[in-house]
Amino acid sequence: MHNLESYLFISAMLFCLGVFGVMTRRNAIAVLMGIELILNAANINFVAFSKFNGMNLDGHIFGLLVIVLAAAEAAVALAIIINMYNNMNSINVDEAARLRQ
Amino acid sequence: MAEFIFWFIAAITIISAAFVVLNNQLIYSAVALLFTLFGVAGLYVFLWADFIAGVQILVYVGGILVLVIFGIMLTNKIKSVRISHKSMQQGVGGAISLWLFIFLYSALFKAPWVISDAVEPSGTVREIGTLLLTDYLLPFEVISVLLLGALIGAAVLSREDT
Repeated sequence: MHNLESYLFISAMLFCLGVFGVMTRRNAIAVLMGIELILNAANINFVAFSKFNGMNLDGHIFGLLVIVLAAAEAAVALAIIINMYNNMNSINVDEAARLRQ
Repeated sequence: MAEFIFWFIAAITIISAAFVVLNNQLIYSAVALLFTLFGVAGLYVFLWADFIAGVQILVYVGGILVLVIFGIMLTNKIKSVRISHKSMQQGVGGAISLWLFIFLYSALFKAPWVISDAVEPSGTVREIGTLLLTDYLLPFEVISVLLLGALIGAAVLSREDT
């Protein structure tokens, strides 16, 4: 029905949109959303290769691990962003050029 | 019919992903991200990955998206209804992304993929559970420790008096 290339095409588009978001956004939360798009694109590839490699479930395990990593990353990133807002009253990543307060 | 639904879900995914990265209002971006994540879950269903689709909706939509909306709400004045933010360097970023897309596109249609056909399984949960507790036991345990570490780290980082 659907071939491998259509899934890879969708995933490539999602990945490029995510990279665009990460590169152009100034707001740290919007950068985080771009990273989520990139991780989802990678996950689509894992699951698609899993199906088209004779329903080999190794790709599904990798997809699960990626989802868990995304959850951990989002939790830590949002804690850092909220700290950054408390210290600098702004969450624009281009203003966060110094490590001390 | 299935073909139509597939491309419909793909279009929802891509268009709302474009909305996520192009829209200037943060809360609209978060809502568009909801549609993207649901679209990706739909693609997983087309790939016979029922368990991954369920986990995608539970963890991404139920967890990460709520966390992102919490972050938006906590880092903006509640009085400013239009939580807007500008993008920068859109020309350069767009050019690099477009180049990357052309690169990936030409690569994925030229590569000689080796495809082996499979029959549709009745469900993947049993096999995934078996794999997680046999072949992938070590990654499973390591990622649980990592999740615990991230939980403690996030709690420590977001305390008031650190």
